[in-house]
Amino acid sequence: MEHSTPSAKILIVDDEPNIVLAIEFLLQREGYRTEKAFDGLQALEVAAAFQPNVVILDVMMPGMDGFNVGQRIRRMPLLENTKIIFLTAKGTQRDKQTGYASGAEAYMIKPFDNDELVTLVNEMLAYG
Amino acid sequence: MGLSLIVGCSLAYISLLFLLAWWVDKRADQGRSLASGPHLYALSLAVFCTAWTFFGSVGRATTGGLSFLGVYLGPTLLAPLWYMLLRKMILISKNQRITSIADFISSRYGKSATIAVLVTVIAVLGIVPYISIQLKAVAFGINTLTHFGEAPPPPPAAFWLDASFWVAIAMALFTAIFGTRKLDPNERHEGLVAAIAFESIVKLVAFIAVGLFVTYGIYSGFGDLFGQAMARPDTARLLSFEGAGMTPFAWNILCMLSLFAIVLLPRQFHVSVVENTSPRHIPKAMWVFPLYLLLINIFVLPIALAGKMTFDAGVNPDTFVLSLPLSQGAEWLALAAFIGGFSAATSMVVVEATALSIMFSNHIVVPLLIKTRRFGREQTLVDGADRLLDIRRVSILLLLFLAYLYQKTVSGAYDLVSVGLISFAAVAQLAPAFIGGMYWKRATKQGAVAGLVAGFAVWAYCLPLPNMAQSGILPGAFVEDGLFGLTFLKPYALFGLSGLDPITHAAFWSLLLNTWLYAIVSINTQPSTLNLTQADLFVNIHKYIGGQDADVLKREAKVSDLRALLNRFLGESRTIAIFNEYETMSGTSFSGQQTAQADLVNFAETHLAGAIGAASARLVMDSVAKAETITMEEVMRILEQTREAVEHGRLMESKNAELKALALQLTVANEQLKTLDRLKADFITTVTHELRTPVTSIKSLSKIILDYSEELDEPRKREYLQILVTESERISRLINQVLDIEKMEANEAPLQLESVDLSALVHHVATGMGQLFAERGATVRITGGDSLLPVQADRDRMVQVIVNLLSNALKFCDPEAGLIEIRLRRQGPWAVLTVCDNGAGIPATKQQMIFEKFTQLHSQATGKPQGTGLGLFITKSIVEKHGGSIRVQSEPGKGAAFEVQLPADV
Repeated sequence: MEHSTPSAKILIVDDEPNIVLAIEFLLQREGYRTEKAFDGLQALEVAAAFQPNVVILDVMMPGMDGFNVGQRIRRMPLLENTKIIFLTAKGTQRDKQTGYASGAEAYMIKPFDNDELVTLVNEMLAYG
Repeated sequence: MGLSLIVGCSLAYISLLFLLAWWVDKRADQGRSLASGPHLYALSLAVFCTAWTFFGSVGRATTGGLSFLGVYLGPTLLAPLWYMLLRKMILISKNQRITSIADFISSRYGKSATIAVLVTVIAVLGIVPYISIQLKAVAFGINTLTHFGEAPPPPPAAFWLDASFWVAIAMALFTAIFGTRKLDPNERHEGLVAAIAFESIVKLVAFIAVGLFVTYGIYSGFGDLFGQAMARPDTARLLSFEGAGMTPFAWNILCMLSLFAIVLLPRQFHVSVVENTSPRHIPKAMWVFPLYLLLINIFVLPIALAGKMTFDAGVNPDTFVLSLPLSQGAEWLALAAFIGGFSAATSMVVVEATALSIMFSNHIVVPLLIKTRRFGREQTLVDGADRLLDIRRVSILLLLFLAYLYQKTVSGAYDLVSVGLISFAAVAQLAPAFIGGMYWKRATKQGAVAGLVAGFAVWAYCLPLPNMAQSGILPGAFVEDGLFGLTFLKPYALFGLSGLDPITHAAFWSLLLNTWLYAIVSINTQPSTLNLTQADLFVNIHKYIGGQDADVLKREAKVSDLRALLNRFLGESRTIAIFNEYETMSGTSFSGQQTAQADLVNFAETHLAGAIGAASARLVMDSVAKAETITMEEVMRILEQTREAVEHGRLMESKNAELKALALQLTVANEQLKTLDRLKADFITTVTHELRTPVTSIKSLSKIILDYSEELDEPRKREYLQILVTESERISRLINQVLDIEKMEANEAPLQLESVDLSALVHHVATGMGQLFAERGATVRITGGDSLLPVQADRDRMVQVIVNLLSNALKFCDPEAGLIEIRLRRQGPWAVLTVCDNGAGIPATKQQMIFEKFTQLHSQATGKPQGTGLGLFITKSIVEKHGGSIRVQSEPGKGAAFEVQLPADV
């Protein structure tokens, strides 16, 4: 499958290693470069160094929660064009609003469909 | 200076006062009243400033620095409070025709004669020391003027050579003539009030004149005087608050005593309430009077300092006001100052003795005479009004005689202020019954009696009796060793409370006991009907203004009896005036009537009360007015109505309280339900999230295996499949635990209790988990598990507890060299199981949280939580169901120790 930026960088943030493992596999298969982080603070560090095009972000994590991480990424000068996708078990309408208010481009609820996630990332990088 | 000059000036001054009073009275009779208006009222209140203020404050300031101010700070700081109190006092007194403080308090408690006597005794005995210092001050004033610069004269050989004896005689005569001219308080003593106000001006002007002379005559202004005083250590000390040598507690007590004094001293009550012409004067008095206090106190410290710097110890500091002008040769000023001090003393003695004589004759002499049937039934034509006034005159003489005796035997050895404060403490004993009576309807006569007796007894035991003992009148052993040798009864350190000055100490204990008994006895006794109606009148005076005496008993009397009775006590002309007044007021004529109805009887009694006090008036009236003329049924009906009203009120009150309690319970229950709802919602949210997480991994990874099977190498495939298994296990574990909690909370699974050996159980579980420990390379050590440790427990549940604790320990112990210690022991009635690990420990802030649902810590190994966050919650629930408890002890870096206590089986 072709996509516009073959070497696009994606950061996967989740405190469940097994979920990170699955997403990592799916995106590497597409040819993206991936990095991972297991909590909010780690995510901010990695994001600053890695400068990803897309961040896939869990919400309920120990320490800093995902919404907070999203807002901070939005304020980082070098990450203006970085897209944020929330991938979370929190599925109420209010949660979604909070998510978009925190600077997200997309909001996806766990458990997710593999193909849907891959398509979303691909499209975001193609048209974003 | 010659004695004749001094006596001459004093007599001239007194004549001036008589003249003034006579003139004012005459003007008032002609309807051109002079003695009314707020300024005059405020000046008459300044009768508060006596020889104590004029001479004693300076004396006190030479040793106690600023402490002399406490007595004036109380009334000044508490003026707003005083205002409210005074207004109510005046309204009540006008309504009830009250003539004295004893009358006031006895009226409140159902016109009780006992209380009237009690208050009178307290007031008379309590005030004697106070009057004695006035005599002393005038006497030493004369001595200072006549013998200044000479050696102090030897004690007089006989009483007729003693100045204070003649001062007492003169004061008694003066007061007897001056203070006992009228009977009914509604005929105001305008002359007396005018004279007092005039004296207030004289004493203020005299004192300020001496102050100015000292400050600007001897020294060149305040700067010079204070500068020189600062340069000497003994006088510099007086300028600081520390120099007062008083604790904050003592300051507070002093302020409180002086506030009580300004309200309750018989003479203050007399001028502020009985002589008050209109409550409208109070607001102005509330600032004019404190201003007066300020002015008369400005020069106290300068005079004290100057005296201290001028004289050696040979001159009595209480006389500085006179001796300072004398030392400069200003004899005319010294004489003026003496007249000022004389003013202060006479105004005090006149008003105080008048007020006390009213109380003494109304509440002690008249009731005695009535009881012995010598007065009310007497058939002579002697005018009763004159007889009453005679009684008062005699009581004034007696009072002054008592004061003279006290001064000769006891107070001569003490300075003026110390003696005066004893009286303040005595009068303060009236405060609970007085103030409580005005604001607390529940207060009963019995409570007031108990409080007054106890307070007065403690006062007497702690203040005047030790003084008398030290003067040699009483055996002195009890002062040092306590009564009967009981050390906790030492009068200066009751119940071991030492370190306070005698006044503070006595005021504290007497008022504490007084108030306490007043409250306790009141709560535990039932008021009589009259007590109840009077209580309502005093507490809710605003309802009654302009109304009639609230009296449930209907009384009738023969008009002729009534007329004869009033004649005897009030005189012919007053009686006719009263009957005329009643006719005009009620619009009826009873010229031909034989029987006086209840309202006329009440009307007559109120007027009689003005002359002889409420309690006596009631007693006298009962001799002619019979309540028997109303039928028994009527009395019963009236009482029944009252009782029903009271009962009904009580019922409503209790119903109301019940409703309120019920509403409160509902609110609480509602809150609890809301909280439960919220907890339940939180729980469900958390559980679904906890379930979604493994489901997400399973769904995604199984799809990967399905879709990309050919791309995955064998190890990768195995890894993913292994994850599927563990995550499925995680789900089933979570479901089991949630069901467990549900069951426990719904109490669906009662414990299957049996005798279980905790030791054996721990060994059994540890062995079963041996494989797990070995895999993680952790060592397990069990201590104290050799002997039996039986507990009543549900075996399966207990296994669950031990497994949970051991898996936790395994999870959090040191990843490299894990060590798990299990300790078993018996401690009293408890079997104790402790499980320790050697991991990172639990921060203090998390130690309580970990036992709640879904709180997890992160294991060192992976940096991510393991398990469901329900383990410890379930463990705790099980332990508590067994009647035990669980707690954790941990320090960061030193591992954690979980200790389970279970009731041991015996």
